[in-house]
Amino acid sequence: MEEINALFHGFSVALSPFNMMLMFIGVILGVIIGVLPGLGGANGIAILLPLTFTMPPTSAIIMLSCIYWGALFGGAITSILFNIPGEPWSVATTFDGYPMAQQGRAGEALTAAFTSSFIGALVAVVMITFLAPLIAKLALKFGSPEFFSVYFLTFCSFIGMGKGSAWKTLTAMMLGFALACVGMDNMTGQQRLNFGSMELVRGFDFLIAVIGLFGIGEILISMEEGLAFSGSSARIDPKIVIETWKKLPKYWMTSIRSCLVGCWMGITPGGATPASFMSYGIAKRMSPNGAKFGTGQIEGVIAPETAAHAAGTSALLPMLALGIPGSPTAAVLLGGLLIWGLQPGPLLFVEKKDFVWGLIASMYLGNIAGLIIVLTCVPLFAAILRIPFSIIAPVIIVICAIGAYTVHNAMFEVWLMLAFGVVGYVFKKLDYPMAPMVLALVLGKSAEDSFRNAIKGSQGDFSIFFANGLVGSIMTLGLVMLLWPLVNKLRGK
Amino acid sequence: MNSEQKPKAGDRPVVKNRTMEIVVAGLLLLLGLTFGVASYHLGAGWSDDGPESGYFPFYINLIIVIASAATLAQAIRSKTPRPREAFVSKGQLRQVMAVLIPAAVYVLGLQWFGIYLASAVYVTVFMVWLGKYSWGKSIALGVTISVAVYFMFEKWFQVSLHKGSWFDPLSLIGL
Repeated sequence: MEEINALFHGFSVALSPFNMMLMFIGVILGVIIGVLPGLGGANGIAILLPLTFTMPPTSAIIMLSCIYWGALFGGAITSILFNIPGEPWSVATTFDGYPMAQQGRAGEALTAAFTSSFIGALVAVVMITFLAPLIAKLALKFGSPEFFSVYFLTFCSFIGMGKGSAWKTLTAMMLGFALACVGMDNMTGQQRLNFGSMELVRGFDFLIAVIGLFGIGEILISMEEGLAFSGSSARIDPKIVIETWKKLPKYWMTSIRSCLVGCWMGITPGGATPASFMSYGIAKRMSPNGAKFGTGQIEGVIAPETAAHAAGTSALLPMLALGIPGSPTAAVLLGGLLIWGLQPGPLLFVEKKDFVWGLIASMYLGNIAGLIIVLTCVPLFAAILRIPFSIIAPVIIVICAIGAYTVHNAMFEVWLMLAFGVVGYVFKKLDYPMAPMVLALVLGKSAEDSFRNAIKGSQGDFSIFFANGLVGSIMTLGLVMLLWPLVNKLRGK
Repeated sequence: MNSEQKPKAGDRPVVKNRTMEIVVAGLLLLLGLTFGVASYHLGAGWSDDGPESGYFPFYINLIIVIASAATLAQAIRSKTPRPREAFVSKGQLRQVMAVLIPAAVYVLGLQWFGIYLASAVYVTVFMVWLGKYSWGKSIALGVTISVAVYFMFEKWFQVSLHKGSWFDPLSLIGL
């Protein structure tokens, strides 16, 4: 019951007029970001982060997380109307969403997508409300070895659940860690790996990496594909909404399954994208209409959208409770917390109750606001996509440059952003995953600190990582994840 | 994504996937070696107050070396995905460079003349050159965007942006 009281207190924080206004601005900005190619949840928030420095942290996080909800909603619009996934997690939505739009059922597809997104998010938020405080309470007892074991599990999961080459995942991830090491050594104050450069003493800021890899890199990829938007237009009239809502309860099984897949994939850092594919795949196998998937089945829209939103939302759980984000976007939000002087992790639930519960309450409200906005403003957002790429591309690059500059007020970072853009382009084409790289860059220093503190405490004895049941079982789970690709390969032979 | 936009018949590949895999894995291997050696010199051992500064990065870079060597070996034996297909075709490369080179020139301009002039010129030229818009329309949009950015950052959010290291065009109009 404690949680319910805290949550109501949170609502009183989130419901101030100023915060409500930010919520709507956030969702609208988010949908625009989600609709535009080259701007996504992670880099959109990274670019807008400097604008929030002057706001109180609670208002700032409410706006930024609402941008995230908006971006999650926005991806569906382009997928269904234009067959162009605005975000990687909405690729699976194109499979049945676009055929539906071609049959003139765009309104129905959009309503189904938005409603299932909302349900997915809602389930995830309810889970966060009750689970996050418990995990945080447990984590208060964590020492350095326990924290390191959680980091270890997080990163091993990327290898265990990754699709492509495990070696490439490992390389990309370690590259993130290596870049995180550049600059000042937290524990000794020594400068390291900066090769005499004063600019590099600041280290590689992950915000720059996010803007470059996801922003500039995405623009280069879109340019190569020679994007020409042509799509159905849509208006959602209330009658279609009601009719679609009447149909949706029939698919309750699909919804529940997709929510479970999404929540699981969000907490363990699988992320929204694999969650949406997995959920689509499962729905296809389990549904009586499975064979017709891909021709415009409403279930084919419900499944990936529910899972993507559930995963995107529950990725915030480990970020809040442990200080370990489950997705690049959650990582950017975590970066924001650090900039505002808040240390994410279990202590946040004790020391900054207003902040945590204000944020959780805003997740409920933000998703409701999001649903209302997207249902009513679809034609407006679809019109944005009709702006030719030769206008959008330079504007996005200008925005990215501003975002990169404001991180440290330094030109060096703008050049770095361009370099990361090229890296992002090449990595994307060669299937080097960028999410683990960005997470490693964010968490590198903390992971190193917890590792060094742990083995310092044990005088270099590695058995500290198996010293008690908790740390031992997390480490073992991590090792299983790490060796999973190898096991799979051996089984395949 | 767009099926109509597949490379045309005469569109020759500039570089194949296999070559690019080898180059990238090789570069990562070199990077891992450089960082690894630097960490070793920093001290990758044990001191009185625990592991030294280079300890963690040394092992991290050791893993980079091993993992990228594995990818390199796979790439050489053509075991990486789609080795014979084009990494990028001539037409695609031209498109990518059409964005990348102006972007680099823009950042240089940004450094010298500040964000406002550089952005207005960049948006204008990009629209005229790649979008085939009229000069009038392009200049109007370029200037509008710069003015909007000025008000949003310098006025409302009070975030000061780069003013140009050679010369600040804003000083001409007394801002």
